[in-house]
Amino acid sequence: MTFSQRANVGLRKVPSWLVYLVGGAIPFWSLYLAATGGMGVEPINALERELGELAILTLVIVLAVTPFRRLTGISLVMHRRALGLLSFFYVLCHLLVWLVLDVQDLGRVWADILKRPYITIGMAAFILLLPVAATSNNWSIRKLGPVRWRRLHQLTYVISVLGVAHYVMVQKVWEAKPLAYLVIILVLLATRIELPRRLSPAEKG
Amino acid sequence: MARRWTNDLTRSDATPRSVYMNRRQLMAGLGGASLLGVAGRAHAQEELEPNSLEEITSYNNFYEFGTSKTDPKKYADQLTTEPWSIEVDGLVDNPGRFSMEDILSQFDIEERIYRMRCVEAWSMVIPWNGFELADLLSVAGVQDEAKFVAFQTLMRPEEMPGQQYPILEWPYVEGLRMDEAMHPLTIMATGIYGEPMPNQNGAPIRLVVPWKYGFKGIKSIVRITALAEQPPTTWALAAPGVYGFYANVNPNVDHPNWSQATERRVGGGLFSKRRDTLMFNGYEDEVASLYEGMDLTATENI
Repeated sequence: MTFSQRANVGLRKVPSWLVYLVGGAIPFWSLYLAATGGMGVEPINALERELGELAILTLVIVLAVTPFRRLTGISLVMHRRALGLLSFFYVLCHLLVWLVLDVQDLGRVWADILKRPYITIGMAAFILLLPVAATSNNWSIRKLGPVRWRRLHQLTYVISVLGVAHYVMVQKVWEAKPLAYLVIILVLLATRIELPRRLSPAEKG
Repeated sequence: MARRWTNDLTRSDATPRSVYMNRRQLMAGLGGASLLGVAGRAHAQEELEPNSLEEITSYNNFYEFGTSKTDPKKYADQLTTEPWSIEVDGLVDNPGRFSMEDILSQFDIEERIYRMRCVEAWSMVIPWNGFELADLLSVAGVQDEAKFVAFQTLMRPEEMPGQQYPILEWPYVEGLRMDEAMHPLTIMATGIYGEPMPNQNGAPIRLVVPWKYGFKGIKSIVRITALAEQPPTTWALAAPGVYGFYANVNPNVDHPNWSQATERRVGGGLFSKRRDTLMFNGYEDEVASLYEGMDLTATENI
């Protein structure tokens, strides 16, 4: 067996519930740290940033599944749904921290969504995530049919661009880390573009 | 520096606690008079409980050491602050170099407990030790034509790793109008809590202008220049229209990315409530007259 085959056998043995359990526990661990001084003297901002970064990192992993398989033969596809739903969960936590702990005022939250471009963009990404998360199950694939389901889930491409734009824009200066995420996401999306294939001599006939 | 200079003043020496407590009671009494301004002042005074040294030294914006709030504490110990001197030049009668020793022996170091409002909508209360900038400027002999004062931070990329990246134009520069510079609230700070200035807070000497956003408080100063024209300032160069020359704390003028109407005091934990930001950071009575006739919401005056 090749290395990639062995890796695939190993990955398939990891049960989905374990991915959900470990991934789902991370925000609670962060919350615990923030509440007990483990995130410094300004824990609200630290927690908000941590959860946002976690969401974008997980989204990058989701987007990398297909190119990574093409490149290495190692497939994470059986865990892609769990990773996608975890990313949605992190976004939801990030949003809740912003709403409940940071801004603390629904009127102001609404004003910010309308007034601040980076928040408008972040909120748009969240709203687009809702139908994708809601249809991340076998029943929806059957109900929608694989073609429509796939098209709906290609919204992930748009969401990732909006998400990383939100991340770049929230900084006061052009910071290296958000820009690195932006580049990685653009590269991962570029691998999806189907270039016009040059016909092989056989095909030319 | 850490061993050479020890301030024997304690917080209670500098601001007698009885005076502080009495003022508090007085203000509480005045709060009853429902004049908005008076109520605002009462609120302001009650909140002047300083942050802990731990808080003040572990959450900083000092991009010379990195853009994260925790970077300055991690990396600022690389900075050599001895020997240190400030070059004073421009439109002054007595240009020259002031060593830290000159400065500490020549000027009266006193304690000032000030609110510090960051442009990022967080705040602290900091017990600075320092002297009025006006004292230094009068020794330098500012000439009549000088209308502005420019400040410059040390440029030393090998000790300030942030300066190796073009995130801002280095060295960091700031400026004040002459009347702002001469205002008694404007100080050159040389310590916190009676201890020499921690490196991450701008050792060994920095500017503190309590009615302006924190970024005006330029750190680790090596040069002060009196000028006839308004000097460029780092954040206004980085994002014109977002950050201005004045940068007065103003709850009515938002940052494009967030409201400036409220702020969060550092150290309140995970459920810290936001509080209203005060005009001129609560120093309206002292400084509002400097800006009479200016539209403080106009982009050119932010």
